[in-house]
Amino acid sequence: MPTKLIINCQTGEQTEVELTAEEIAQREADTKAYEADKKAKDAELAAQAKVKADVLKRLGLTEDEAKALLS
Amino acid sequence: MPNTYNLIATSIVGSGGAASMDFTIIPATYTDLLVKISARSADSGTDIAIQFNGSTSTVYKITRLYGTGSGTPTSNNNASATSLINNMVTQPSYTASTFGNGEIYITNYASSNAKSVSIDGVTENNATASFATFTAGLWSPATQAAITSIKLISDGGNFAQHSTAYLYGISNS
Repeated sequence: MPTKLIINCQTGEQTEVELTAEEIAQREADTKAYEADKKAKDAELAAQAKVKADVLKRLGLTEDEAKALLS
Repeated sequence: MPNTYNLIATSIVGSGGAASMDFTIIPATYTDLLVKISARSADSGTDIAIQFNGSTSTVYKITRLYGTGSGTPTSNNNASATSLINNMVTQPSYTASTFGNGEIYITNYASSNAKSVSIDGVTENNATASFATFTAGLWSPATQAAITSIKLISDGGNFAQHSTAYLYGISNS
C-alpha cells in the first residue's frame, strides 16, 4: 500500500500513513497527467530534432560540421 | 530583503519510499517560505508536483523554461493546472545513488492575495540527458487564504529512500 509522510510543523514530528482510496485515485490521475505532459515534452523535442536534421540535410552538412562552423 | 532563515521542519523518506511529503500546520509567523529539496524517484519520472492547502482544482498557473541536455531549451505554460510542477527528481534510469535538487520560494504566503512562487531544479545524471527547469507559478484559489500546508508529490510514483525536504521560514525583519 502506498504511503505518504505527514510532517507536523508545530511539533516537527513525521508520521507515515497509508493513502486513502481517494488519494490513490488522485495519484493515478496525477500519473496520467504526468505521462501526458511527458509525451508532449517528448513530441516537442522530437519536432525540434527533426527541424534541425532537415536544415542540416538541406545545407548538406553533418552535425559536427555545423558545430565547427558555429564555434 | 530577508535577513532570517529559520528551519521549520524536515522530512526524510525512509526505506519504504513515500508518495508525497506533506508539511502541515505551517505557522503564519514568517514573511516568506522556502523549501529545499533533494529527491530521487523509486519508480519513474523527473517532476515534482506542489499543492497548497490540499487544493487539487485547476487554480494553479505555471510558466516553465527547461533544458534537457541537448537541443534548444524550450518553454510551456498552463493557466489551469492542478498543481505547480518542476523537474528536480532524479529517475531510476539515471546514475545510481544520485539525487536531483531544487528549491521552492513562496512570497507572502500568509497574505490573503494570490501566492507567487518561483521554483528551480535540476535532475542529476552522468550522461547527456538531464533536466534543468525554472518555473514561475501562481496559486490563485477562489477564496484566497494563507498557506498552511504544502504537499510535495513525486509525479512518477514514490520518492526513494533518503530523499529530503527542508522547510524554512524567512522574515523580512
